[in-house]
Amino acid sequence: MIYRESFRVSTPTDREIQVTRLFDAPHALVFDAFTKPELVRRWLLGPPGWTMPICEIDLKVGGEYRYIWSNEAKGNEMGMSGVFREIVSPKRIVATERFDESWYPGDALDTTVFVEEDGNTRMTITVLYDSMEARDTARRSGMERGMASSYDRPEELLSAMSESVI
Amino acid sequence: MKLIDNGYSAPDRLDATFAALADPTRRAILGRLASGQASVAELAAPFAITQPAISKHLKVLEHAGLIARDRVAQRRPSRLHAVPLAAASQWLAEYRQFWESSFRNLDALLGEFKETSKKKKKHKHKKHGRSPQ
Repeated sequence: MIYRESFRVSTPTDREIQVTRLFDAPHALVFDAFTKPELVRRWLLGPPGWTMPICEIDLKVGGEYRYIWSNEAKGNEMGMSGVFREIVSPKRIVATERFDESWYPGDALDTTVFVEEDGNTRMTITVLYDSMEARDTARRSGMERGMASSYDRPEELLSAMSESVI
Repeated sequence: MKLIDNGYSAPDRLDATFAALADPTRRAILGRLASGQASVAELAAPFAITQPAISKHLKVLEHAGLIARDRVAQRRPSRLHAVPLAAASQWLAEYRQFWESSFRNLDALLGEFKETSKKKKKHKHKKHGRSPQ
């Protein structure tokens, strides 16, 4: 399936993480799915078991957003918030991001771009940190709340690494 | 911050791990060691580089704590030490898995929209067809 296979996570520079994916919908629809809280809370959930009890989005320059995820079975909660810096509907959003649990005191800057290609939409999120250390620290501390299962075997680790590290 | 082996803090260790993994030859060496310990000569065999060059790569991997080398045996075989690898991999794996799962949910949601808009169009069509009577 071309949509699933189009998914890539990369580290284009020492200070960035980039996620890209193709979707089977025009960019106006994908933009809505990323910016309307009643839609965001239906999909931005990670692996099964998580819900989004709080999803607030004030979509204007200077407006804030606030997400809280919860996993009842694990008894875990994770929060993230930020401020919109630039909104060009339905093509581009720039916003700050910060995880509640981050060990790193600064914000990161997210640039999300939607490009329509033959009725499909290519979405790319680039997260820019102040430094490589900030990137690795913030991302690790934010995501280590058990949102994923880990690999058990070295071979799986290595294939995951070679796909995504470089 | 919690200190782990070799006196590294967790993020420093992660930096050393990522730096060591940034080289394709070193990743290939780790891939070979995943199936069992090997000497420098055995590790050098598949590559078009010299044993001293392999030894340099092994030093980087050893410094990052990704391998352990036998100090006693003559051939000093290297073994994979997967703990730092697991920490580095978990970081990216969790990030990947979060987005991958979320995007699958989004595919389903966008599919629902398409169905709904198709039905609406059909509905309009029907209405339009009936209206002249």
